[in-house]
Amino acid sequence: MVTQVTSFSRSGLSDWLIQRVTSLILLSYFLCIAGTLVAGVDYASWHAMHQTTGMRIFTLLAVLSLAAHAWIGLWAVYTDYLTERMLGPWGNSLRRICQLGTVFLLIIYVLWVIQVIWR
Amino acid sequence: MLQVSIYRYNPEADGAPRMEDFQVDTGGKDLMVLDVLEMIKADQDTSVTYRRSCREGVCGSDGLNINGKNGLACITPLSEAVKNNKLTIRPLPGLPVIRDLVVDMSLFYAQYEKVQPYLQNNTPAPAIERLQTPEDRAKLDGLYECILCACCSTSCPSFWWNPDRFIGPAGLLQAYRFLADSRDSATDDRLAKLDDPFSVFRCHGIQNCVNVCPKGLNPTKAIGHIRTMLLNRAT
Repeated sequence: MVTQVTSFSRSGLSDWLIQRVTSLILLSYFLCIAGTLVAGVDYASWHAMHQTTGMRIFTLLAVLSLAAHAWIGLWAVYTDYLTERMLGPWGNSLRRICQLGTVFLLIIYVLWVIQVIWR
Repeated sequence: MLQVSIYRYNPEADGAPRMEDFQVDTGGKDLMVLDVLEMIKADQDTSVTYRRSCREGVCGSDGLNINGKNGLACITPLSEAVKNNKLTIRPLPGLPVIRDLVVDMSLFYAQYEKVQPYLQNNTPAPAIERLQTPEDRAKLDGLYECILCACCSTSCPSFWWNPDRFIGPAGLLQAYRFLADSRDSATDDRLAKLDDPFSVFRCHGIQNCVNVCPKGLNPTKAIGHIRTMLLNRAT
């Protein structure tokens, strides 16, 4: 039996809403970064841009959105394919390992980004 | 001669499923796929097993995978299904095979049962029947016509992977049929039972269900309405 204790919010509606809101945040962040790169940038201006409080908050918001988005998306993938139905007795164990591994990795990414942008 | 390849599997006798080829003379007529199956069963192999009943697209018994696309054999003409003079018929995907083209639909019906597909109204019954305005009645169009053939749910990958947790397009179409009914007063209870990560939200909107529905219904649209109702209820 597939469980939902490892889902992001444990509510289908919340997960669905969070995934859509975070996708808009990520889209706006990547458009902002892409626009900056297309407009032309050197190290000094790139560094200065990321030193502003507004950009730091925007970057942090984007990485938190990435973490939530990836958690929800990969949870759906794991509960589709890594199950007893698909893989036999090892399915559930493998799914839990992947789910917990993903969550740890995402937490590490968030902490790492905080360290980089607020250094 | 039409080349017909049929999925054969008798779990009690066969180690594994196999495809068996037949040659059928259609006489140049644009027959329905069910007619071809009937000809094979009558003239070539009486053991070919499939479900059929009304043979006019009303009962939903002969849902099959025809040249890779789910549909009702009785209303699918050869001119629509046959490619390169070849017709491949398999059982509906994702459900256990009982024999040849007959699948065990218990999982499908269990999901249908979950949505409590009947009117619930605890207010005192009026002296006459519960009336609807023509506008309220019109909201049920495109929902009540479902014949539960399972073509949609068995074409849905989310239903293949989680048939025990995801209600599937057929069940959700019926869930919305009762959510949208002005005579039903159990809306809140119905929605509360759908707000988990699987029942509704396993739908990723790929619309395989819309593509195959032999009645031209749109389960994806109904699922969108359920999402909106869940959102309005919770925010």
